[in-house]
Amino acid sequence: MQLTSLSAARQIALLRAGEASSVELTQAYLDQIASHDGKVGAFLRIDPERAIAAARKIDERRTAGESLGCLAGVPVAVKDILAERGERTTCASRMLEEFRAPYDSTVVARLKAADAVLLGRTNMDEFAMGGATENSAFQPTRNPWDLSRSPGGSSGGAAAAVAAGMAPLSIGTDTGGSIRQPAGMCGVVGMKPTYGRVSRYGLIAFASSLDQVGPLARSVEDVALLYEAIAGPDSRDSTCLPNEVLPVGAKLHQPLEGLRVGYAKEHFAEGLDSEVASAVQQALAQYESLGAKLVEVSLPHSRYAVATYYVIAPCEASSNLARYDGIHYGYRADQTKLVAELAAKKKSLEAAGDRHAAENLDTPLVRLYCKSRSEALGPEVKRRIMLGTYALSSGYYEAYYLKALKVRRLLRQDFDQVFDQVDVLAGPVTSSPALKIGSMKDDPLAMYLVDLFTVSANLTGIPALSLPCGRTTAGLPIGLQLQAPPLEEERLLRAARMYEQATDWQTEAPPL
Amino acid sequence: MSKYTTIVGLEVHVQLATQSKLFCRCSTQFGAAPNTQTCPVCIGLPGSLPVMNREALRLSLRTALAIGCEIPPLTKWDRKQYYYPDLPKGYQISQFDMPMSEHGYLEISDAKDRFETKRIRILRAHLEEDAGKSSHDESAARGDSLIDLNRTGTPLLEIVSEPDMRGALEARAYLDELKLLLTYLGVSDCNMQEGSLRVDANVNLHLDESGERIATPIVEIKNMNSFRAVERAIDYEAIRQYTLWQESRQKIGDVPKQTRGWDDAAGMTRGQRSKEESSDYRYFPDPDLAPVRFSSEEIEKSRNGLGELPAALRARLQSEFGLSLYDAGVLVNQGRELVDYFFAAVGQGAPAKAVCNWVSQEVLRVLKERELGIDAFPISAGQLVDFIAKLESGQLPSSRSREVFDAMHSKNQSADQAMQKLGIEEVDDSALENLCRELLEANPQVVADVQGGKQQAVGALIGQAKKKNPNADPGRVRGICLELIGRGL
Ligand SMILES: [Zn+2]
Repeated sequence: MQLTSLSAARQIALLRAGEASSVELTQAYLDQIASHDGKVGAFLRIDPERAIAAARKIDERRTAGESLGCLAGVPVAVKDILAERGERTTCASRMLEEFRAPYDSTVVARLKAADAVLLGRTNMDEFAMGGATENSAFQPTRNPWDLSRSPGGSSGGAAAAVAAGMAPLSIGTDTGGSIRQPAGMCGVVGMKPTYGRVSRYGLIAFASSLDQVGPLARSVEDVALLYEAIAGPDSRDSTCLPNEVLPVGAKLHQPLEGLRVGYAKEHFAEGLDSEVASAVQQALAQYESLGAKLVEVSLPHSRYAVATYYVIAPCEASSNLARYDGIHYGYRADQTKLVAELAAKKKSLEAAGDRHAAENLDTPLVRLYCKSRSEALGPEVKRRIMLGTYALSSGYYEAYYLKALKVRRLLRQDFDQVFDQVDVLAGPVTSSPALKIGSMKDDPLAMYLVDLFTVSANLTGIPALSLPCGRTTAGLPIGLQLQAPPLEEERLLRAARMYEQATDWQTEAPPL
Repeated sequence: MSKYTTIVGLEVHVQLATQSKLFCRCSTQFGAAPNTQTCPVCIGLPGSLPVMNREALRLSLRTALAIGCEIPPLTKWDRKQYYYPDLPKGYQISQFDMPMSEHGYLEISDAKDRFETKRIRILRAHLEEDAGKSSHDESAARGDSLIDLNRTGTPLLEIVSEPDMRGALEARAYLDELKLLLTYLGVSDCNMQEGSLRVDANVNLHLDESGERIATPIVEIKNMNSFRAVERAIDYEAIRQYTLWQESRQKIGDVPKQTRGWDDAAGMTRGQRSKEESSDYRYFPDPDLAPVRFSSEEIEKSRNGLGELPAALRARLQSEFGLSLYDAGVLVNQGRELVDYFFAAVGQGAPAKAVCNWVSQEVLRVLKERELGIDAFPISAGQLVDFIAKLESGQLPSSRSREVFDAMHSKNQSADQAMQKLGIEEVDDSALENLCRELLEANPQVVADVQGGKQQAVGALIGQAKKKNPNADPGRVRGICLELIGRGL
């Protein structure tokens, strides 16, 4: 029996029964990482000694009969965007390469309280901006199903780690699809909870009104386990909801009676890959055969969702990332060199008789801001900062930001109306399966369109989940997206489990 | 008639007297070692999030109601974005288009009647977090700048007036009245040296040019560290702007609003680099904070808890107790405790005017000399009443009242004890008459002088009378002597 092929739920049962130890389990994953991650590149950092030490401690406490947390002894990989006291949190950016937070994010604190074993930090697009994990300043991550392809992003490391059996559970974040999209492309389950279900305290912000932390795993049950460990009210995040999160428990496996599954005609329009379309249609048919009622619905404003998203997210990002100024922490440009350059420039302008230009040169401080940011932030991050700065500028604010907020409200109305008619909404996660690495490097607009089906859940704040629903002829995973009304994570998980129980997509492992 | 009118609007930043900062639990105590009162939230570390301090909101609601502001049902937080090393997040959390209060007023008056009582309209009062403090070490060879983030995130209430003040005198009156009000409300310690109260002034001139009214460009003055500095800066700026107008003929709108810094030592304002002032703050709603709703119960509760404010108190002292505006002002300016002391004394039957005189002169003198608050003043209101009663009845001669008063507060004695120790007792009329008769008989020249029309000659006897009996009241000695001479002894 290979421990790493078991679900986290099963592993917990074995650990409780004393049939396996956390040290064994953790070592098994470290071995998997040692043999696969050279090819996949899912992890930015692992600390085997620390993980084993933590596992040993939990084993000892278990032996001593202490009561343990709900994830006791199970390894969890964490996206490198959540602060952990004393540890590096880089956001896959040169800017934060050496940043060590002096505090724990709420999610990390809850994982610690659940007695999970923190395995290591997973790769991502720099500051979670991107959909292919290619915008990491440190390394690309490869799709375990086809190493020439991207795992999706921005939580590409998180999804690839789970797909390759290098972690049973993985924490990702989702601002426009960053959990669901890589989960779909890597053939695993990933959930973006309702906005405010999981505390953002210690989550390094990309777009604060859209960011949400969520779980990735190989099964719906494991996703539910990890979700329940991290979700719930937090007084340190004013946007965190006060509603308690109740464990779904055994109900998870009970099919939902009389389930109404909606599908939006807008999701099956031109541009959708034919293999993806047919897999999703088969999934809908599967639901029907399970007794669900299919209802066609319409989301008229969804065609504006990507445009709306690419105004709101960059606006918030331009503000959130202003703090990386080269003064307080993070990367700082070479000041001596910069001051010398400015002095030389001034001298040459004066020699040329251009007094005006000489007087209007940047101050060393302004130059330090510019240079530090230019050098330490990647092109996609800079592009979004510029987009957002532009859209918030006086004279443009109403036309872009305020208008985007209006469309955001209309989109939410669309979804409210849809959820009057159906219990869950089903559709594709992405318009195509995993793409070749580098294929969209020079076409940011095409990359933005990858988020077509996922951004609406962030703009409206509703919970959404991605689970495997097929394979292309080339063997690439295809994902099914389910969406539910706010706070209906339980319904979402049960609807997903209903489908999962009837299929066996999740049991297959990539050919590594 | 002056050549121009000076138009002034003031922006006052009030540091609210909360224990902790606006969005974290760090202390707001002044004077701690640099960067010791900080946490991930107020230094803007990645991933940190603000959580609003309800106490700051409570204090600003109290203030806003006291200056007659309307409280909109909903207010929100916005990010004001700019780069500066003492602003660690790259934005300040403030309120832009939906301030927590607007459309209020503050009434100002002058006890010396140099201007007519008027209402200064208040445009808005909004909450925001403070930035840190930069110190630029010019002497160091490398010109290093140091940043202290202890102040970062401290709650500030920014109170913006309309340009309703005419000149430095009214501006000063507005600031004095506002500070007094804030002190009564207990919402701020108003310590300008520690930065708890900061003032920026917008100044321009209105001129009459052959019947046409012209406004000069508005200048914002910063870096004024005292109310006196505000007055001086406004006076200086008015003259500077008038001179400039004569040279340039620039009207409002011809040039962008300029910012100038006040140099107190040099007694002048200086232009600040235009690059530092032209900015687009790219305000937008802070997605980390929920909008705030004030319920009408909350507003009413706050309004009912305001207590009697300085303007009402002054009015009551005038109408109920017959004090002058000046006297009422002197008492009220010292704070509610002193006014309560006055009320306590008057309530026990002492005449208001006498109590007011003793309190506003002698009591205040002693408090100042001994650096005491009225709560620690040794003479209780009851003892003061007793003292004044003895004085009014003549039992205590007014010539010796100060001696008794000083003994009461310095030796913690009652009026009786002090009088006894000082040997003060009322001299009855017959004893006094005998004393005067004795003196007149011994000084025939004085009698002759008085009879010759020189009444002031009696003065020579008063000193002698006090030597023979220290309790002899000079006024009565004079009166009795004149009467005896008039009667032909
Ligand atoms: Zn703090």
